[in-house]
Amino acid sequence: MAASLFAALRGIDTIQVGPVGTLPFASGLLDFIGVHPVRTGRWHPNPWEAIAQLRQDESDHPYAVMTTREMRTAWKQMLAFLTDSGLPYVAHPERNMRMINPVGTVKLTYAVPRSMMAADEALRRRPPCLLVDFAGLKGFSARQIAARLKLHWPALRTTRLPIPALEGELQPERLARFLERRDHCRELAKAIKSRLAGAQAVGLPAVVGLHRAGPHFDLIQRRLGVPLFEIPTLLPSVPGRRLLDTFSRQLPRLGVRTWYQYAVKQAQIRADGALHFRIGSAADGFWVQSRAAILATGRFLGRGLHAERTAIRENLFDLPVHQPDKRGQWHHKDLLHPDGHAINRAGLMVDARFRPVDKDGAPRHPRLFAAGSILAHQDWVRQKCGSGLAITSAYAAVAACAQIPRGLEGTHAP
Amino acid sequence: MAPPLSFIQQREPAGDGPLKTTVLIIGGGVTGTGLARDLALRGIESVVVEKRDVNAGASGANHGLLHSGARYVASDPAAAAECRRESLRLKQLAPHCIEDTGGLFVAVAGDDENYIADFPGLCARCGIKAQPLDGREAREMEPCLSERLIAAYRVADAAIDPFRLALDNMAHAVQLGGRLLRFNAVVGFNLAHQRIRSVVLRDDITGRSQEIEAEVVVNAAGAWAGEVAALAGARIPLLYSKGSLLVTGTRIAQRVINRLRHPSDGDILVPGGTVSILGTTSERSASPDAIYPEIQEVDRIIDQGTAMVPMLATTRYIRAYCGVRPLVSCGEACDDRSVSRGFALIDHGQADDNPLDNFLTITGGKLTTYRLMAEKTADRVCQRLGRGDACRTQSEPLPDTVAGRWTEPGLAPRTWMERGNPGDLLLCECEMIPQAVVDDLVRTLARQGGAASLKAIGLRSRIGKGPCQGTFCSQRVAAYLYDRGVWQDDRGIDELRAFLRERWRGQAPLLWDISLAQAELLEATHCGLFGLELDPVDPGG
Ligand SMILES: Cc1cc2nc3c(=O)[nH]c(=O)nc-3n(C[C@H](O)[C@H](O)[C@H](O)COP(=O)(O)OP(=O)(O)OC[C@H]3O[C@@H](n4cnc5c(N)ncnc54)[C@H](O)[C@@H]3O)c2cc1C
Ligand SMILES: Cc1cc2nc3c(=O)[nH]c(=O)nc-3n(C[C@H](O)[C@H](O)[C@H](O)COP(=O)(O)OP(=O)(O)OC[C@H]3O[C@@H](n4cnc5c(N)ncnc54)[C@H](O)[C@@H]3O)c2cc1C
Repeated sequence: MAASLFAALRGIDTIQVGPVGTLPFASGLLDFIGVHPVRTGRWHPNPWEAIAQLRQDESDHPYAVMTTREMRTAWKQMLAFLTDSGLPYVAHPERNMRMINPVGTVKLTYAVPRSMMAADEALRRRPPCLLVDFAGLKGFSARQIAARLKLHWPALRTTRLPIPALEGELQPERLARFLERRDHCRELAKAIKSRLAGAQAVGLPAVVGLHRAGPHFDLIQRRLGVPLFEIPTLLPSVPGRRLLDTFSRQLPRLGVRTWYQYAVKQAQIRADGALHFRIGSAADGFWVQSRAAILATGRFLGRGLHAERTAIRENLFDLPVHQPDKRGQWHHKDLLHPDGHAINRAGLMVDARFRPVDKDGAPRHPRLFAAGSILAHQDWVRQKCGSGLAITSAYAAVAACAQIPRGLEGTHAP
Repeated sequence: MAPPLSFIQQREPAGDGPLKTTVLIIGGGVTGTGLARDLALRGIESVVVEKRDVNAGASGANHGLLHSGARYVASDPAAAAECRRESLRLKQLAPHCIEDTGGLFVAVAGDDENYIADFPGLCARCGIKAQPLDGREAREMEPCLSERLIAAYRVADAAIDPFRLALDNMAHAVQLGGRLLRFNAVVGFNLAHQRIRSVVLRDDITGRSQEIEAEVVVNAAGAWAGEVAALAGARIPLLYSKGSLLVTGTRIAQRVINRLRHPSDGDILVPGGTVSILGTTSERSASPDAIYPEIQEVDRIIDQGTAMVPMLATTRYIRAYCGVRPLVSCGEACDDRSVSRGFALIDHGQADDNPLDNFLTITGGKLTTYRLMAEKTADRVCQRLGRGDACRTQSEPLPDTVAGRWTEPGLAPRTWMERGNPGDLLLCECEMIPQAVVDDLVRTLARQGGAASLKAIGLRSRIGKGPCQGTFCSQRVAAYLYDRGVWQDDRGIDELRAFLRERWRGQAPLLWDISLAQAELLEATHCGLFGLELDPVDPGG
């Protein structure tokens, strides 16, 4: 998604192929970098300091391959795009923000939806605060969150609200749709307000509206008269859905041809060096030739990589994958081992222009680039850098791509 | 009719003075719980002490095969005959714990022809029925079988649920006045005049120590029997053989399928409700603790199993686990008359050095023969006590209790659908386990004197055993337990960690293809978002 955006912003004729990946799973938090070094588990309040140290310690890390300026521009363009598209995001340029999780832990992240922003302030000041949850929303318990946070935040209270109109189980998306009606928001605000009892901030699960979230959130906050913040939920995640909707609505307006219903079934580098892709749905397909391509196909969940019992492969071009020698080295015996699992650092090795390279360091193809979590030498899960890596490496790959002569010669043949 | 839950009651060790009982049983596996029931039926009071939870040892980490005996006809005919008798008996007395699937023995091209030729005669010698089948018949019965079959026999194997078995044995014992102390490890013995005067326990949850006095002490600690005996100065020469097993995502065959050859790795596929279990291996281990299913074992099991059932090469595996078999090299204290080579009943009163008149050890054996082991041990206990009725477990059916119910695959979903209460949310969507089942388990655990940990709930239900590998149900159950006031403070974090770590042991060796993608989602959620691998301190503070 990020690569398509950056390409469109540069006026590159772009096709984006592929079904929605892990975006609906995303929490809505855009991490840049939270932890370094992984082994010590040290959180960094200032991401730029962490990046500087990371570049020294891990010279192979994708963050060490791009410039600070590229990173700053990438973030600026991404946040401006989201905000202009009606999904306002906020970030403090020089520091990570604190966010609450459904298990009651606190995490540092870089950019958050405006609807989550007040959590950062609340966590710092710890005023009397009311955490709200909803009967029927599984895996989200205000009591659980408060039980842990109370150790540092005694003025935390909880309340559970029934939603009588919705019987039985409340999927987050169902609740979010329900809260897209102004009268429902007003009722919710009234119910919360009657339980405020002096609370100076209110937190609730991230379910206030799906498509037009902003105005509804504002309405509730206005009626409460105190800062309101959303807390990420278990999957399926509404903030992830909002991101997905925003991209899929806005990218076509910027000229990107989005083919989400298709996947690339086969990729070839022909003798003349042209890149050819067979694009298809389940049954039929057609070939597209492109001048350049960016592989942002993700890892195992996204299906960019595939693991057999003995080895890991890249799915489309069978590119060389940096990986441990044996399956026995993929994972630690302890899920939570402080070093992180070696397999998470497996992936595509790239050159300074984000082109996948062979073992000897030569790019496989002059106009084939890679970005996102498929890259080797990073552990986004442990370093807390998932979205940041995707956004900044997409920007860097597009920038490199833009340096080659323009034009995308698409030839469709049924 | 199932006895009500209140039969599973618990008396905590009192604060002052040692606890007293007639027989103290160390180990809450199928042997210890079976012995408690056997004694209770003879009118003898007992207490079972278990350092972790019921079936924490081999009884919770085996293949679940109720042996017809055919597997042992060549290597151990006495054990084979024992299995034949006991499996028949259990099918009659504990049918709710057993799925009487029947079994096949099959050989494929390349397997030892002599063994195949001898097999029917050996079975006949042990009184075991083995009906010959041709390859086509066998494949009609089990279409998953290889086309390269060269011999097939039909036998009376079956699948048994060891959790239900142990929990029902314990529940019945408690109903008759017995007691269970979970999370209480034996850490020492006080000896006097060639007897155990008292046994020292340490409560794993409170850390408190407690003494307990008994007329007779039975060490039923399975692979830990050597360690326990050593605390009393008694020596049992034990070797440890680790076996690993793999659980498939779906049920592959209706019957038990054995490879017709000398027992070896990866040659049995046992159905277990909605899944199948493939195993096993036999690897010497230096200790009964800190064991893992290793990647090379997993690969060997799959490669071997594939020869019988080709789809085992590509099927999805959802979990691996392992257990330890104690191998006893019997010394002179071993009672050869009353026990077969399958298990060892050791009377420490007959030991040459350090004899202890009121101390017995029962170890080795099989799940299939647990009842017989309990019977022989109880006979010896009664002899020592000079009282007690005759054994009744040979004819008295095992009652079906609630305590064991939720481990049965498919039972929770059925019950949920029958109850049809939309407010009863499904906490585990893979295995369809609703809130009401968790409530039930919390109550049962409270009556057994324990706190409701995620691990204990997982042991008693199918939570965390489905394809999501615990990613979602762990947090859903955690949130629910907070909502119900069962948990307070920041206990949830440690609970989630412990539960996910435990599940991970069984996932890590099987992570390729879809399972790896699932594991990525697990780690993304619990580490990427929740940061469970990090010290949960306020990161800005
Ligand atoms: C549970 C979870 C929680 C997360 N939480 C956070 C968080 O708190 N903060 C944060 O910053 N990040 C978080 N992330 C990470 C983030 O959402 C992204 O997953 C990550 O940045 C990787 O993005 P990616 O675009 O490289 O890969 P993916 O998101 O995996 O995208 C790969 C895309 O390629 C497509 N594709 C693959 N093969 C083909 C093909 N042959 N043809 C066409 N298309 C193909 C896939 O369909 C998919 O759309 C989380 C992720 C998960 C799963
Ligand atoms: C891999 C494998 C596969 C098998 N498959 C089959 C099969 O298919 N069919 C079959 O019939 N048999 C099978 N068996 C054998 C069967 O599982 C065992 O014979 C049986 O479970 C033994 O039960 P037990 O109660 O004697 O020992 P265990 O179940 O090991 O119980 C011993 C208990 O003692 C406890 N304990 C240890 N130390 C202490 C202490 N200090 N204080 C208090 N408690 C303590 C332990 O926590 C444990 O719960 C298999 C065994 C293995 C290892």
